[in-house]
Amino acid sequence: MEVPILKQGAVLIATFQAALSDADLNHLRMGLVQQVVKFRSRAVIVDVTAMDVMDSFASRTLREIAHMIRLRGAETVIVGIQPEVAFAMVQLGLTLEGVATALDLEEGLAYLNEKFKTTN
Amino acid sequence: MSAAEIRVAINSDQDIVSARQRGRAMATELGFSTGDATLIATAISELARNIVSYARKGQITLKMVNGLSRQGIAVIASDDGPGITDIRQALRDGYSTSGSLGLGLPGVRRLMDEFEITSQPGRGTMVAVKKWKQ
Repeated sequence: MEVPILKQGAVLIATFQAALSDADLNHLRMGLVQQVVKFRSRAVIVDVTAMDVMDSFASRTLREIAHMIRLRGAETVIVGIQPEVAFAMVQLGLTLEGVATALDLEEGLAYLNEKFKTTN
Repeated sequence: MSAAEIRVAINSDQDIVSARQRGRAMATELGFSTGDATLIATAISELARNIVSYARKGQITLKMVNGLSRQGIAVIASDDGPGITDIRQALRDGYSTSGSLGLGLPGVRRLMDEFEITSQPGRGTMVAVKKWKQ
């Protein structure tokens, strides 16, 4: 299952589907970093609203995506973690340390706009 | 009403997804809340992942269970893989929080109400967990 990546100005938006396999996540990780390079993007928003489960592998992949993108000098914001998914992540001991998160896509875009404004 | 017992063969990362989807469907059908169904699906995902990572293949059995005055769901993950030499270490908290090492078993134990593990080096591992309806 391919994750669609939309380009909106300097921001790339990747929207996760419910049933992503490990292979899909690995594919996305490479795809996102390549596109950040190709489009000289300044930020990536990963929308996980539809994700049913965030297990150790998914969390780790998200952290890796954020770190790789930071090495490219761009920002990553994870948006849309559902309350019950957040609860399960905490119980499992999974963290997204050092990765920006926001309530939803709108908040994520607002966060980035604010960030770009202050750095300009 | 669907079957009271479902077996899902775990042979690849794609099977992890189907196991947790079947588990969520069963939990929802049994009347678990969305929150609890997510905890159950997450536990199944971790257990199925251990099978794929360490034993390559095995199975997840989902069962409806009846307690004295309550209903619940049992998830049994079994494989004929290399087994766990040091179960105590595998259950130690912090051993797996990085998400990159370890089996994530302490986390699974926290997600569920009951947790049982048996393993023999060279013979395989069985993890049985239960969650009761509130």
